Amino acid sequence: MTVIDSRRTPLTFDSIVPGTGLAVALKLSRADLIATVAASNLRGRGGAGFPTATKWNLAAAAKVAEGECKFVVCNADEGEPGTFKDRVLLTEYAPLVFEGMTIAARAVGAKRGILYLRGEYVYLRPALDAELARRRKDGVLGAAIGGVAGFDFDVEIRMGAGAYVCGEETALIESLEGQRGEPRNRPPFPVDTGFRNQPTVVNNVETLAAVTAILAKGPEFFRKLGSERSAGFKLFSVSGDCDAPGVYEFPLGLTLRELLEQAGGTDAKAVQVGGASGVCVPAAQFGRRIAFEDVATGGSIIVFGPHRDMLAVAKNFMEFFCEESCGQCTPCREGNAKLLEGIRMLERGECSTAYLRELRLLGETMQLASKCGLGQSSPNAFLSIVEHFPDEVLGRSLAAAGGTR
Amino acid sequence: MSTVKETRPGTDRAPVSQNPRPLTYPPDASQSIGGEVSVQIDGQDVKVPIGTSLLDAAKKVGVHIPTLCHHPDLRVAGVCRVCVVEVEGQRTLQAACAYPVTSPLKVHTHTRKVRQARRHVVDLMLSTHCGECYSCKRNNNCELQKLAREYGVDFFRFGHVKASRIPKDESSYSVVRDMDKCILCRRCVRTCIDLQEVGVLEAIGRGHETRISTYLDKALADVVCINCGQCINRCPTGALHANDTSDEVWRAIDDPTKHVVIQTAPSPRAAIGECFGLEPGVPMTGQLNTALKLAGFDKVFDTNFTADLTILEEGTELLVRLHDALVKKQPTALPQFTSCSPGWVKYLEHFHPEYIPNLSSAKSPQQMFGAVIKTWYAQRNGIDPKDIVTVALMPCSAKKFECNRPEMDSSGFKDVDFGLTTREMAQMIQEAGIHLPSLAKSGFDDPFGDATGSGVIFGATGGVMEAALRTVIELVTGLKVEKLFEHANIVSVRGFEGVRLIELPITQVASEVPEIIRKHVPSFDFLKGVTLKVAVAHGTANAKRVMEDIRAGGPFSECHFIEFMGCPGGCLGGGGQPIPTSPEIRQARAKAIYAEDAGSAVRKSHENPAVLRLYTEFLTDGPCGHKSHELLHTHYTARGKHIG
Repeated sequence: MTVIDSRRTPLTFDSIVPGTGLAVALKLSRADLIATVAASNLRGRGGAGFPTATKWNLAAAAKVAEGECKFVVCNADEGEPGTFKDRVLLTEYAPLVFEGMTIAARAVGAKRGILYLRGEYVYLRPALDAELARRRKDGVLGAAIGGVAGFDFDVEIRMGAGAYVCGEETALIESLEGQRGEPRNRPPFPVDTGFRNQPTVVNNVETLAAVTAILAKGPEFFRKLGSERSAGFKLFSVSGDCDAPGVYEFPLGLTLRELLEQAGGTDAKAVQVGGASGVCVPAAQFGRRIAFEDVATGGSIIVFGPHRDMLAVAKNFMEFFCEESCGQCTPCREGNAKLLEGIRMLERGECSTAYLRELRLLGETMQLASKCGLGQSSPNAFLSIVEHFPDEVLGRSLAAAGGTR
Repeated sequence: MSTVKETRPGTDRAPVSQNPRPLTYPPDASQSIGGEVSVQIDGQDVKVPIGTSLLDAAKKVGVHIPTLCHHPDLRVAGVCRVCVVEVEGQRTLQAACAYPVTSPLKVHTHTRKVRQARRHVVDLMLSTHCGECYSCKRNNNCELQKLAREYGVDFFRFGHVKASRIPKDESSYSVVRDMDKCILCRRCVRTCIDLQEVGVLEAIGRGHETRISTYLDKALADVVCINCGQCINRCPTGALHANDTSDEVWRAIDDPTKHVVIQTAPSPRAAIGECFGLEPGVPMTGQLNTALKLAGFDKVFDTNFTADLTILEEGTELLVRLHDALVKKQPTALPQFTSCSPGWVKYLEHFHPEYIPNLSSAKSPQQMFGAVIKTWYAQRNGIDPKDIVTVALMPCSAKKFECNRPEMDSSGFKDVDFGLTTREMAQMIQEAGIHLPSLAKSGFDDPFGDATGSGVIFGATGGVMEAALRTVIELVTGLKVEKLFEHANIVSVRGFEGVRLIELPITQVASEVPEIIRKHVPSFDFLKGVTLKVAVAHGTANAKRVMEDIRAGGPFSECHFIEFMGCPGGCLGGGGQPIPTSPEIRQARAKAIYAEDAGSAVRKSHENPAVLRLYTEFLTDGPCGHKSHELLHTHYTARGKHIG
């Protein structure tokens, strides 16, 4: 297998001189700073695509309890199967990420920052700690950053412990507080009631790095890239059955076909966009755009070649979710297990079409009634594979029944 | 009753699992100007204060939304997802119990999506819920069963687990855990961690492997469980129930060589009617006496007799401690803590063992009764104590543990053979074909007879303190307590606030100490000018707060006497009481208890003629004398938090 985290395209981040973005930010009032980010139309890079400036505005307006402070949390729990672009950012562009956190802190008035680092990335920690120390020495972390009186902000690193669900922001906060990593009810949202019940901005690694780029190069540069509702450039982690897996940067809005041409996977029969929680797009729909208004992704693109068994693909994803569901809410905890059981029945040719129909409705229930994004998106892969590859899914039933009903 | 204000658990609580967020959004919603917002639910408009949950808003217009993980005593969890509704403009369905209304909304509670989701949720729960309804303790009183009926479950859509996967944990004398029936609503977890702050139960594992367990998966008897049974009261299914010994009791009743006596505590009477379809708060004292005799008990006694006895023993002990501290200037363990709640006692043994000297050495009324029955009563009636079986009807699951404490054998026999809960007794009465509410009333049997109102109020939080004060004040000041408090109602110790601290300045003392305690305390002069400080706490979360205050040298450390009850509301909210429970239900039970007190002919423990006779005939060296120490007092075990 090829080394997967090799960079396949030049990255915009290469052209950003560390410190430039923060310098611009410090010259702006907090309102103007948020307005600048708003003007870029930046939407969260973690996958959900919430407008970053809106999140910051809410946190900036939220009240802090006495003796407490606001927080900026960098979500570096990169756990979505098939995503490895945050690892590249943390390895090679950590200064831009921390700079983005500092800019966010300036915007919302936060005093403390936390980098929540995926447990498996513990090997990155010494370098990241060294970078934090360097920043403190350089006066871009700590008290009166950049000589601005009252702008005090520091960042600490906290390790995740391997739970996928802790990438969900409220579960991440529970984890930070020392609890089981289980999502909270929303509302209230973290911008209002987050870590230690204080206003907390949780942004993805790439979002924060993009903020630095936006401040450094101006919002226009960013907004001009991408589609109307999905501005800017985006990193993609491309893996699977293609010639050149790796990390790519493209403006949002490109079609899957365009991406596959770059990665050498044009013979694919399907692409899983958005990781395990994303959707499986069949070849017939490769004209669809990767954008929030069409197929959204936090960056994970998994290519399935012509020889792939799509039921096995669905099974793999469902096994993942059965293990990674936090077990809190009924639809996700039990629903994923039922879908996986259904896939095993399909494999053995033991699943009736009536029961498959029931399972598809169950998938809808999970999407509608689960407590958090994990359960709401976990049936996506199963549902799209059943929809787009009925022959592969149901064929076994027919074969097992001797080809007849 | 005076103002009844339930202190809801945990506004200033340390973070706990299960989303410790208050259900107000924005957080200062209660202070917002205007503070009301209109919601349209199934076409009906209603105005509610900002932050009200959709569930409560729907209740206001009579729209029923099913719930399962929701409980009025517990923090919002929003995990079962059976209460989902459709909110216009929202992509996904929202859990009505956890969704605060902060802006005008249109809500639909029975669309196709909602009905499908709810039915799927119930089907999914049933798919892993192992056990037949017929053989379940909660048959006909099960929230899952009720939901299955409401949602028309007529087959197991996603299958149904047939074989048991998890062995029952029957290690505890008090609580049985049948995790095959657990549907992971986590009410027990929230009860144990948030409401009681004991923290024995927590979810472990993830996804489909999630289950509720204990520290290192140990048996319940081997962890710091205090047996309060509050988890049982809040379990929606039969996954948690008390360790039922009613079959052994039937066996004893059936055995002609056994003399089976039962003592009944005040709280079961105030609640057992609920098991027969009555509204909470209808006292069944007289009917219960009749029923117990019909069921085959040889004698029916009132635990209140020993509640009064407890007051004399514990009150004397307090006076002795005060005398030791103030006159003899000896180092004395003060404040004195009550010891009648076995949940509280075990809590202290585990979590604050260094304060064991502060616990009154007086046994609980249940255990005193057992000891008196197998000694004085046996002698008086010429019955060999080995042929006596003492049963205690208690609102409590911890009483089962208490009667099995190895030290509880001062009569030479096991003082109390079986503790039964209110629920178990209701079941026995039903099994005997007796319809409790329609029975004629009857009294308690001699020689203990009818007790005083002071004994009755032991059932409510503050009751032990009020009873003790009625006696102590009267003995110490020589004044009739009615002169100081209208109708002898010391209302300042009543109510449902979690913690109460009351100061009573002693401005005059009696010239003579009653003979019965004179050898311990020759004169009351030392108490003149002393301000008696007493406190009341109910629920171990509140007890924890008081203990922390004492440890820190706060105002509670200056108290002389503190009543602690392990359960919220006191015994009337005990872990053996009918299910369901809620603040309103507990208030109704309290009302029944105080009504019984108000209607009692004798309302002060030291005026109980049967108790006085016991001291004349049997415990001749008086309260805290040699014989009473032997029979009516006990010792405790420093258990600590770290168990084997």
